[in-house]
Amino acid sequence: MTSELDIFVGNTTLIDEDVYRLWLDGYSVTDAVALRVRSGILEQTGATAAVLQSDTMDHYRTFHMLERLLHAPPKLLHQLIFQIPPSRQALLIERYYAFDEAFVREVLGKKLSKGTKKDLDDISTKTGITLKSCRRQFDNFKRVFKVVEEMRGSLVDNIQQHFLLSDRLARDYAAIVFFANNRFETGKKKLQYLSFGDFAFCAELMIQNWTLGADLKELKVLVADKDLLDLHKSLVCTALRGKLGVFSEMEANFKNLSRGLVNVAAKLTHNKDVRDLFVDLVEKFVEPCRSDHWPLSDVRFFLNQYSASVHSLDGFRHQALWDRYMGTLRGCLLRLYHD
Amino acid sequence: MPGKLKVKIVAGRHLPVMDRASDLTDAFVEVKFGNTTFKTDVYLKSLNPQWNSEWFKFEVDDEDLQDEPLQITVLDHDTYSANDAIGKVYIDIDPLLYSEAATVISGWFPIYDTIHGIRGEINVVVKVDLFNDLNRFRQSSCGVKFFCTTSIPKCYRAVIIHGFVEELVVNEDPEYQWIDRIRTPRASNEARQRLISLMSGELQRKIGLKVLEMRGNAVVGYLQCFDLEGESGLVVRAIGTACTLDKLSSPAAFLPACNSPSKEMKEIPFNEDPNPNTHSSGPSTPLKNQTYSFSPSKSYSRQSSSSDTDLSLTPKTGMGSGSAGKEGGPFKALLRQQTQSALEQREFPFFTLTAFPPGFLVHVGGVVSARSVKLLDRIHNPAFVGIMGNTRSYKLLDWNSFNSGVQDVSFDGKFIFFKRLAVGMLLSDEPETRDAWWAEIRQEIKSHAKALGCHAVVGYSESTSICEEVCILSASGTAAVLNPRFLQDGTVEGCLEQRLEENLPTRCGFCHIPYDELNMPFPAHLTYCYNCRKQKVPDVLFTTIDLPTDATVIGKGCLIQARLCRLKKKAQAEANATAISNLLPFMEYEVHTQLMNKLKLKGMNALFGLRIQITVGENMLMGLASATGVYLAALPTPGGIQIAGKTPNDGSYEQHISHMQKKINDTIAKNKELYEINPPEISEEIIGSPIPEPRQRSRLLRSQSESSDEVTELDLSHGKKDAFVLEIDDTDAMEDVHSLLTDVPPPSGFYSCNTEIMPGINNWTSEIQMFTSVRVIRLSSLNLTNQALNKNFNDLCENLLKSLYFKLRSMIPCCLCHVNFTVSLPEDELIQVTVTAVAITFDKNQALQTTKTPVEKSLQRASTDNEELLQFPLELCSDSLPSHPFPPAKEHLESASSNSGIPAAQRATSVDYSSFADRCSSWIELIKLKAQTIRRGSIKTTMTVEKASPVGDGNFRNRSAPPCANSTVGVVKMTPLSFIPGAKITKYLGIINMFFIRETTSLREEGGVSGFLHAFIAEVFAMVRAHVAALGGNAVVSYIMKQCVFMENPNKNQAQCLINVSGDAVVFVRESDLEVVSSQQPTTNCQSSCTEGEVTT
Repeated sequence: MTSELDIFVGNTTLIDEDVYRLWLDGYSVTDAVALRVRSGILEQTGATAAVLQSDTMDHYRTFHMLERLLHAPPKLLHQLIFQIPPSRQALLIERYYAFDEAFVREVLGKKLSKGTKKDLDDISTKTGITLKSCRRQFDNFKRVFKVVEEMRGSLVDNIQQHFLLSDRLARDYAAIVFFANNRFETGKKKLQYLSFGDFAFCAELMIQNWTLGADLKELKVLVADKDLLDLHKSLVCTALRGKLGVFSEMEANFKNLSRGLVNVAAKLTHNKDVRDLFVDLVEKFVEPCRSDHWPLSDVRFFLNQYSASVHSLDGFRHQALWDRYMGTLRGCLLRLYHD
Repeated sequence: MPGKLKVKIVAGRHLPVMDRASDLTDAFVEVKFGNTTFKTDVYLKSLNPQWNSEWFKFEVDDEDLQDEPLQITVLDHDTYSANDAIGKVYIDIDPLLYSEAATVISGWFPIYDTIHGIRGEINVVVKVDLFNDLNRFRQSSCGVKFFCTTSIPKCYRAVIIHGFVEELVVNEDPEYQWIDRIRTPRASNEARQRLISLMSGELQRKIGLKVLEMRGNAVVGYLQCFDLEGESGLVVRAIGTACTLDKLSSPAAFLPACNSPSKEMKEIPFNEDPNPNTHSSGPSTPLKNQTYSFSPSKSYSRQSSSSDTDLSLTPKTGMGSGSAGKEGGPFKALLRQQTQSALEQREFPFFTLTAFPPGFLVHVGGVVSARSVKLLDRIHNPAFVGIMGNTRSYKLLDWNSFNSGVQDVSFDGKFIFFKRLAVGMLLSDEPETRDAWWAEIRQEIKSHAKALGCHAVVGYSESTSICEEVCILSASGTAAVLNPRFLQDGTVEGCLEQRLEENLPTRCGFCHIPYDELNMPFPAHLTYCYNCRKQKVPDVLFTTIDLPTDATVIGKGCLIQARLCRLKKKAQAEANATAISNLLPFMEYEVHTQLMNKLKLKGMNALFGLRIQITVGENMLMGLASATGVYLAALPTPGGIQIAGKTPNDGSYEQHISHMQKKINDTIAKNKELYEINPPEISEEIIGSPIPEPRQRSRLLRSQSESSDEVTELDLSHGKKDAFVLEIDDTDAMEDVHSLLTDVPPPSGFYSCNTEIMPGINNWTSEIQMFTSVRVIRLSSLNLTNQALNKNFNDLCENLLKSLYFKLRSMIPCCLCHVNFTVSLPEDELIQVTVTAVAITFDKNQALQTTKTPVEKSLQRASTDNEELLQFPLELCSDSLPSHPFPPAKEHLESASSNSGIPAAQRATSVDYSSFADRCSSWIELIKLKAQTIRRGSIKTTMTVEKASPVGDGNFRNRSAPPCANSTVGVVKMTPLSFIPGAKITKYLGIINMFFIRETTSLREEGGVSGFLHAFIAEVFAMVRAHVAALGGNAVVSYIMKQCVFMENPNKNQAQCLINVSGDAVVFVRESDLEVVSSQQPTTNCQSSCTEGEVTT
C-alpha cells in the first residue's frame, strides 16, 4: 500500500513555524522529518513517523505555493487563494526575507550577479548553510536590489513599501543594497573581525549623511598644508594632554592618523577607490590604534577633539563639509573599533 | 420582460503576463449572459487594468435569470492572431433574485482557467432590477429561497414544513462529444462547467416551482448532486424540504434605524404569508380544507379524503407519548391517524432535515434504507460517431436490494430509444427513466417506514455510485412519527399552546417506539424507558438525524465508523450487476454488525447521523459507515460483548478466548471512562425486566432482516441476557474481533463526531478551521484478499484521522465536527478517501463542570444551540430578579414552557417567572464558574426588533467584516455546520453551488498529483470565499464538498479533477461585537427604542 496522493487543505492556511524554518533553512523533506523526529515531537503528540512525513510534505507544498507570492509580498496580502491571518502573513514575509549572518558577510558588497550566484556552492560549503537557503537569501538580496535600485526617495521606505518588511529588516536590506551598489570590499582578511551589524551601522550613517559628489578633495588641505597640519596637531594635543591614557602614542602618530582619515575622504570621490573605504579605515586608523592599545574611550576623545579642533583653524574654509564628513566617519570608526 | 441585469467591469489585478516580449498584457473583458455579449475596451500594457466600464445591461426573462450564469471572460488582445483567453468567472445571480438576500454582487473574483487555475482577479459589480410579475403560469420561481442547511435556518421560523421536493434533469455530457476525435481540454471543460451551471439553475427553478405550488416559500436541506454517467450522459438531481418560513425578528436587529433607507426593506414577497388563514387558526379552530395542490408529480393528484380532518383534537394528544402509559396506545393511534392524514397527501413523506423545531419529532423508529443496482448498458457505441442524429438504446437491469430473499436478477426488459437531437437539448425521455428509478427506491423507503409504524422519513438522503455502466442507487433516512401541526397549518404559537397542555417534558419521547410492541416488524429487545419509565424503548437506536437538542445524553459522543471491502470479479454488464447484487446484502449486514460491535465497545447505545456509503469499483465494493455514537439516558445500558468459541473443548483455545474477552472488557471500561459515561444505577425492579426476545436484531431495517434469513448464529443463550455475542468460528471472525480493537481513540483533548454538534460538549469558543483532506492509496495487486483489502482500507482511514489530529493539535481542546468521509474507487487499484470536517475549539474548564443533572444539561445545550436563548437567561441573571416581565421572543417562551407545567392560557401572554427563576439560578452558577462578564443590553421588545431589522442587518454587515489592518481581503469563514460558534447569523444571502473542473498536462511540473489537487482545492475554497464576500457575506455555513472526482494518467503527465461544492452564504456577527454595539447604543438617536436593554449590574 503506497500513498499516491495525500493532501490537507484548510480554509485558513495552516502554517507550522517550525516546519517553515526547516523549509527556509533548505532542508529536504526527509531531512526535515528526521530533524522533527529528533525534536521529540513524536513522543509529545503520540504521532507516527508516517504522520510526520505526511504533515511535512503538506507544509512544504504549501510553502512552495506561497513562495511565488512571497517574491512580491504585497501580492500575498491581496491574493485570494490562501486565507492567512495578517499576523501570520507578516511572519511569513519577515522569516522569508530574514538572512543568516554568516551568509550575508560572504556576499556583502559583492555584485549581485550570476557570477556571484555561481559562488554560492563555495559559500554553502564554507558556512554550512544549505545551498538552497543560500540561493533564497541571495535571490532575496538581488530582488530587493533590483526593485529599489532606480527608485527615488528613502531607501528604507521604498524597501518597506515594496516588501512589507519590519523596520529592522528593511534597514538591514538598505545596508545590503547600499553595499552592493557601492561594492564596498568587506571580504579581506583584516575585515573578518567585523560583523554585518558593524557594516550595517556604518551604511546607515553614510546613507543618512553623505551625498554623492560632495567635493571632499577640499579637505585634503588639512594634511597637504604642513602649517595647518601642525596647528591642528597642537590644538588636539593641547586639548587632550593629561586626558588621554595613550597621549604619547597619539602625539607620535597624529600625522599618520590624520593623513589616513583625510585621504579616505579624498578617495571617496573616485568610484573605484570607494570600494576600499573599510579596508582603509581599518588599515589607516583602527589597526594603528589597536596596536598601541588605545582604549575605546581614548579613541572617542581623540576623534571628538580631532574633529572639533578644525573649527579653530582659521585658514580652513570647509567647516560644514568637514563636520558632515567627520560626524559620520567618527560614528563608523567608533563602531569599527573593537577586537 | 421581467428583469434587467446590469454588470460593470471595474478593474483587474495580478493578471498573468501574456506578452513575453513586454512582460505585460493587453486585457479586455467579454460579458455574456444568455446569447448577449458585451465587451470592454482593451486596456493596453498592464497587469492591473482599470477598465471602469459602463453598465452593461441585459434585458431578460426571470426564467433565464434563474437558469443562466453570468459569464465573464478575460482575454488578451492580439492584433495579429486570435485573442488568448486568460480565464473566466461564472457568477450565479440567483441570490439577487430573492428580495431579502443580497442586493448587489460586488467584489474581486478570481479569474479561473481550467488548465492554468486562478490567473489574477477581476472586480465586478452586478445588479438586478426585477419587475414584479404576477403571471400565474410563469415558468420561473424567483423568490423561493434555497438553503443547504438541514435545519430551520437560524434567523427564520418554520410556519409550515410542507415536505419533500425532488427533481432531476439530464443532458449529454460534453466531455464525450468530441469533434473530429479530438478532445480540446479547455473547450470541453468549459462546456461542462457551463452546462452544469445551466442545469443547476434549471433544476433549482423547477424545484422552486414545485415549492410555489405547495405554497411554500423556501427549500431547506437542499441537496443537489451530479451523476457523471460517462457516455450515457449527465444527471443533475436535487432533493429538499419545502417550507414556509418567516423571518424572525432577530435580537441582533435592534440596531438604530437611523441609517440610510436600506434596500433590504423590500422584504415583502418573502414575508408575506402564502396562506393568510394560518394565523387565525388557533388550537380550537378547525383547519381549512387542504386544497393545496402539492407536488405536480404524476401520482400526486389524488386528493386525500381525510384532508379536511379537524385538527382541533390534536392538542390533547399531540406528543401523547409522555402523557400516560396506559393511554399511550390509543393516543398514539390517534396521533398516527392524524399524522397520516397530513402525510398521505404527500407522495413521499420525506424530510431532508436532520434537526427540527422543538416538538416536531415525536418518535423515531430507526434507519430505513434501500439500494438498487441499475445497469446503463449501451448497445451501440456512439462515442466517435458524431454528435447529431445518433440513436442509442438503454437496457435497464433491475435489482432491488430489498428483495434480497430473491436472489435471481429480474430484467424489466424495458428498452428506451431516443434520438439525440443536438448538443444542449434535453432528452425528454431520459428523465422519466431516472425518475422511475428513484421513485421505486422511495416507495421502498416509504414502505419500510410504514413497517416501523412511522409515516414519515426524516434525515432523508439519496446517493449514487457509478462504475462504468453499473450504478448503485441508495436512499436512506430515519423512520419517524411527526407532529402534524407543523405539516399543514398551525404557526409556532399554535404548536406551542398545544404543547403546553401536556404535563410532562418530552425529552425521551423520541426514543419511544412508534410501532406496536405486540406486532413488531422485526424482533427487538424492549425495555421501559429509563427516563419516564412509562413507554417502551428499544435497546439501541440508529438514526440518520442529528441528536435532538432536548435529548438527554450521558457523557460525550464519538465518531464510529464501520469499514469494509469486498473483492468482486471483473465482469461486464449483467454479470457484473448480478455479482454486485449478490454482494450487497452481505456487505450491509457486515457493516451493520461492525457498527453494532463498535458501539457496544464504546459503551454507548445510540447512533446519530448514520451514513452508509457503498462504493462500486471495477473489482471491489467498499462500504463505509460513519455515525456519532452516544449514550442516551432513556435507553438501557448496553450489554458487553461476549465472545464464544465454537469448539469449547480445546484448553488453549479457551484461554485465548478468555484473553480476548478480557481485552474487550478492558476496552469497554476504558471507553466509558474516556467518554465520561456514568449512567445512574437503576435497579431492575424499577425498570421492569426486559421483554424477552429470542434474538438480538438491529434497528437498521434492511431487506434480510425482515425475511427469515440465514443469519442465526446470534444466540443470546450464550451469555448475559443483554450481551452481544460474537462467535469466533473461523479466522475471519478472529480478524473482526482484532480489528475491533485496533481502532485507536483520538489523542487526549480531541473529540470527533459526524453530526452538527458534539453530544456532551456545548461550550464552543470561536476558533474554527474547516478543511478537506484527500488520500489516494495504490493497492499492490499481489495480495488482494478481502482481509488485506480490509486492513488497507482500515489503515487508510485510521491514518488519515491520525494525521488530522496531528495537524490540528494546536487547537486542543477541540472537536472535529461533521466529519464527512467519502470513498471512491477511481481505478482498479486505487482507493480515494476524501474528508471534509471542521475543527472547533472549546473551553475545557467549562466542559469539566458540565452539570450532572439532566435538566441543567438540557438547558445548557438548548442555550448554546439557540443563541436567542443564550442571551436571554444571561440577561436575566444580570438582573438577578426580573423586575418586570419582558415580552420575550417567541422562542424563549417556547423553550421555557416546555420545561414547566403552567397552563397554556397564562403562558401565552406572560412569562412564567418560576421557570425563569429556575433557569436563572442554574445560569448564575454557570456564570460564576465561567467568571465571564455578563452581556448587557440584549433584551429588546419584539416590536422594536422587527422594525429595526433590515437596517440592523446592514450595519452588521459592515461591522462584521472590517477590512484587515493591512490587508484588503476580508476573512470568510467556511463550515459544514449550520452555525458559527460564538456568533449569530443575521442574514442568509443565498445558496452557493459551484462546479469546477481543473486539468493539467504538466502534472510533474505542478508538483505531481498532490501538488495539483492541493492547489485546486485551495483555489476552489478561494472562489467560494470570493463569491460570498462579493455577496456581502462573511461566512459559508452548511458547506459541503459533494463531489471530488480525481483522475490521473501519470504516464501522460496528465490529471483531471472535478469538484462540486455548495453551502449557504451568510452574514454573521460575533457575539462580542453585539455587546459592543449594545453598549454603544445610548449614544445613538434611537436609544428610546432600546432603553430596555440597558440593564444595570
